[in-house]
Amino acid sequence: MAKLILLWLKCVVLWATVEAVFEDQVGKFDWRQQYVGKVRFSHFDTHVQSSKKVLVATERNVFAALNTRTGELFWRHVDKTGSEGNIDALLQHGQDAVLVVGNGRLLRSWEINVGGLNWEVVLDSGSFQSACLVGQQDMVKHVAVLKKTAISVHYLSNGHQKWIENLPETETVDYQAVYSDGNGEVYVLGVVPHSHITIVVYSMEDGEIIKQVNMSVEAPWLSNIQASCVVVGQGMLTCVDSAGVSFYMLDLHLQLQMTQVPLQSLALEVDPGFHPVLLSHQPNLARQPLSEFFLQLGPDHYQLLQLNNGQIAAMRDFKPVTVWLLKHLLTSRAVEENLRKFNSVFQLYVQAFLKKDDSVGYRAMVQTEDHTLTFIQQPGRVMWTREEALSDVVTMEMVDLPLTGTQAELEGEFGKKADGLMSMVMKRLSSQLILLQAWIGHLWKLFYDARKPRSQVKNDVTIENLSRDEFNLQKMMVMVTASGKLFGIDSKTGGILWRHYLDNVPPNAAFKLMVQRTTAHFPHPPQCTLLIKDKDTGLATLHVFNPIFGKKSHVTPPALPQPILQSLMLPLMDQDYAKVLLLVDDQYKVSAFPSTKNVLQQLQEMAASIFFYLVDSSQGRLSGFRLRTDLSTEQIWEVIIPPEVQKIVSVKGKRPNEHVHSQGRVMGDRSVLYKYLNPNLLAVVTESTDLHQERSFIGILLIDGVTGRIIHEAVQRKARGPVHVVHSENWVVYEYWSTKSRRNEFSVIELYEGMELYNSTVFSSLDRPHAPQVLQQSYIFPSSISTMEATLTEKGITSRHLLIGLPSGGILSLPKMFLDPRRPEIVSEQSREENLIPYAPELLIRTEWFINYNQTVSRVRGIYTAPSGLESTCLVVAYGLDIYQTRVYPSKQFDVLKDDYDYMLISSVLFALFFATMISKRLAEVKLLNRAWR
Amino acid sequence: MISISMCERLTANTGFHFSSQVGDNLETEFSGFSVPLEHSFEVDDVAKFRVRGALVLKAGREPSVSLSQNQLSEDDRTKLKEVAAVDGLYRIRVPRVFLQADRQTERQMEGYLTAFVRACAMVESHLSDVISLHTDVSGYLIGVSIVTLPGACRGTEVEDEVDLEVFNTTLSIMAPVNAPGPETALFLERMEQESEKKGKNPQEQKSFFAKYWMYIVPLVLFLMMSGAQDQSGGGAGSGAANGGGR
Repeated sequence: MAKLILLWLKCVVLWATVEAVFEDQVGKFDWRQQYVGKVRFSHFDTHVQSSKKVLVATERNVFAALNTRTGELFWRHVDKTGSEGNIDALLQHGQDAVLVVGNGRLLRSWEINVGGLNWEVVLDSGSFQSACLVGQQDMVKHVAVLKKTAISVHYLSNGHQKWIENLPETETVDYQAVYSDGNGEVYVLGVVPHSHITIVVYSMEDGEIIKQVNMSVEAPWLSNIQASCVVVGQGMLTCVDSAGVSFYMLDLHLQLQMTQVPLQSLALEVDPGFHPVLLSHQPNLARQPLSEFFLQLGPDHYQLLQLNNGQIAAMRDFKPVTVWLLKHLLTSRAVEENLRKFNSVFQLYVQAFLKKDDSVGYRAMVQTEDHTLTFIQQPGRVMWTREEALSDVVTMEMVDLPLTGTQAELEGEFGKKADGLMSMVMKRLSSQLILLQAWIGHLWKLFYDARKPRSQVKNDVTIENLSRDEFNLQKMMVMVTASGKLFGIDSKTGGILWRHYLDNVPPNAAFKLMVQRTTAHFPHPPQCTLLIKDKDTGLATLHVFNPIFGKKSHVTPPALPQPILQSLMLPLMDQDYAKVLLLVDDQYKVSAFPSTKNVLQQLQEMAASIFFYLVDSSQGRLSGFRLRTDLSTEQIWEVIIPPEVQKIVSVKGKRPNEHVHSQGRVMGDRSVLYKYLNPNLLAVVTESTDLHQERSFIGILLIDGVTGRIIHEAVQRKARGPVHVVHSENWVVYEYWSTKSRRNEFSVIELYEGMELYNSTVFSSLDRPHAPQVLQQSYIFPSSISTMEATLTEKGITSRHLLIGLPSGGILSLPKMFLDPRRPEIVSEQSREENLIPYAPELLIRTEWFINYNQTVSRVRGIYTAPSGLESTCLVVAYGLDIYQTRVYPSKQFDVLKDDYDYMLISSVLFALFFATMISKRLAEVKLLNRAWR
Repeated sequence: MISISMCERLTANTGFHFSSQVGDNLETEFSGFSVPLEHSFEVDDVAKFRVRGALVLKAGREPSVSLSQNQLSEDDRTKLKEVAAVDGLYRIRVPRVFLQADRQTERQMEGYLTAFVRACAMVESHLSDVISLHTDVSGYLIGVSIVTLPGACRGTEVEDEVDLEVFNTTLSIMAPVNAPGPETALFLERMEQESEKKGKNPQEQKSFFAKYWMYIVPLVLFLMMSGAQDQSGGGAGSGAANGGGR
């Protein structure tokens, strides 16, 4: 009994030990990078001369201020995803930035120095059209918001509504723009498409309609004011028709008639097929805009024009404008190369300022097509670049780094074919010498570094000195982003080592990244293959590259004329150690990559044991296929889940690189319960089409992917998705929303073969006639979750944890031990012996389980885990808007000595013991001798 | 065995809404209805399905199934052995049916559910197979599976032709099991029991102070008294000193 109590105590102590990092370990093993996404609106903060801020509002619903010197974030506000948090407009005045959010639902004002919220008001419903700041007597005090049916004016200081007016004749007129030039009037411009322009003038004081112009201004060519018109100079509405034939001008104060000025009279010509765009600038919102304005004639062609006494005059031609900007404003070859390296410029934000010597300086923030933000200062210096594509990582892999040069050389020696005994001996000796030399060099460096203060020792990782560390803790993270840009990131520091932009990626592409050859096969370079598939057409392309250097491989991938249904990586290798990738097209024909003779021969031999499955969720069809020796396929099984009742939402197999160390679990009575470890098992999750809270359900189907046998079929009644599933070893964990109890719940299914194994040497799906025992248990979870993944280690000895990304930005490491269907309701002697935790319906979130302490990871979309060279350590990358990399130790660092391990003490104790034995031995000898003499 | 896959997330666009018919038809009398169970085993592995027997399905709250099947003919026996020799497949298929419908026309649906075993396993097990039919929540047949007992192909010759004549089939129909929710009721009951157990023994409930107050209070009082005396003495002394200073 005492033993038992002791054991129990031990367990308690074990669980209670804190897993969090110590304060001095912060940032030692982990890093975080924060992103904002693709920029939609941007403003330079110019109200103070010394300000170094640029405000950005992005398509990922983020509003942030960037440091113009370093590119770092001053502050960042992440709003809701989707249309609810969509930023419609960004207006800046002095220290205030006004945002219209969620299709005109909210009006917010931010203080831009610290990023604090000044005020927020909820606007009346109605879809947002336009917003502008309204000045009066050289002071900007109001903001006007135009909606489909109403216009409202708010005080800039506190957000209170000054007045709101319904717009006249909203059934016919489409109001699109609002304009003010500081004379106490607000102009609302509307259009009846292809007919005429309507202008309503409101008094700033009380919202009274001063003037209303209707019908008289004919504009049959106009459908969108914001796209084709600007206000220039003394309130002159200037438009250009989409065909690019003429200018149209209308004086807003007089509103008589539109005067037409053909473009040809100014000797201007629009590029064929291009819709011309006008650009004007209103430097002071309380005054009128400048009389100079730009006309964009082509994608890269601008014309500067001036309006003078109602006459338009051409001033200067800029073509191509980006090159012009780079050449004249920012004269530097470095900048040019930096931008040219990637593709065309997407958006350009230029700030002009007066330098100390009264000359004009320029700063420019350039957003290129690959979502890179580059900040350039006038002498032609690239101040910083931000890779905003990384805010939308789709998939990633971690690849081992290559060995060092000397190690690689050694490998090379043995890789070559033997040629004679003598030369082999010489080779061996020389390589040993090289090793010795490298070792001495390493020792010398260690000694040299040890004398320097720690802060001076810097190991900058560059692509040249990349090499694997002792425990393989440093890896190359290959990240694929939605924009089609690939990145190679050093997992230790987070530095971007290479980037590669694929410019032919369709906008709705699905990506699948596969490692065909690891770094283990020197001298063959490692090889990754990215399958890019257009979701609409199903057509796919392959991009083959070296994951360490990012270079495109010289191996030419096969052209894929047919839509691809399925791709699978086989454990077969060709003579160059590249794993074989099988692609199944919509004719159920199989093609292999690489498709050398050797591969085809191996495929023919292995064909009978190559099975694959296809999922067609629109028809609820799961079907299995087998490869024939002539590389055609035949369907061998079919399961059809009627899509009228439930639809397949996810199909999860196991990770191919997963190892399970122990085949069974030792029970309290010393017998063994064997796990059902079927590598071909698929977990199919379905959701009911009926969403009524009483009748909705979630189905879990465990299907063998080879034979199509349904191993287990369960329904979770009164439950709804989204369902998150993790499938590993002999268990499936899923999370769902319980409509009955209105809470998030976790459920775990474990499969056991029973007390004896059917065939302990090898697992074959074709020869496992007995159905496994299925155990299941459910728990309440106090939070909703964003994503879920299980830890993975080298040999699978370490206990497993579930890594759960929470919407709050925390990443929780929940021991799998708590999700164990064998947790007993009533504690017995045997369950205590087995270290089972008594069942409690609620899973608690303990704060020390958060592996990212205070490093919030916004909008986690995925978690990637990879084993390291240390069995205790698992590398974790969480990605979403931010990227966070860390290490986790699910069973503590049992194979690593602690940082503060006292080498001095242990060695002095050893020495002392050694000498003590020597002395006592001597003394004993003397004593024996004396005794013998006696 | 290899089965790696990329799951295609196609959005299901189901045009019409499924209306639950589960509860409505329970009272109506179900006589079983039969569907064919077909099999195919060919040397060239091109499926040619022939009738193996008839499945009689009985719907209801607990669906049941029975099977009447023919013997294998002389030709089929030799063919099955030939197929087993080239490691061919023995396939079966069942038409898709909806068990809960009351009319025959509604029951039958388009398409088949198929499964397979290796033909050699079929031969070596002397035609002893286990067939299970799986239904979903609302009574649609979604899958069929077949395994043989024993399941392995060891290459043993089956000499006796008689062994391959009669099917020895174990048949079952399985509906999905209800996954358990969190067991709050039992847990609360257990907690209550525990607290009751504690309540029964009031002596244990009492805290240290409650138990020994009669010893502690006099001790504290005694200490306070002695302390106060000291203090008052000291205070008087200092007061005197102050007074002297003035």
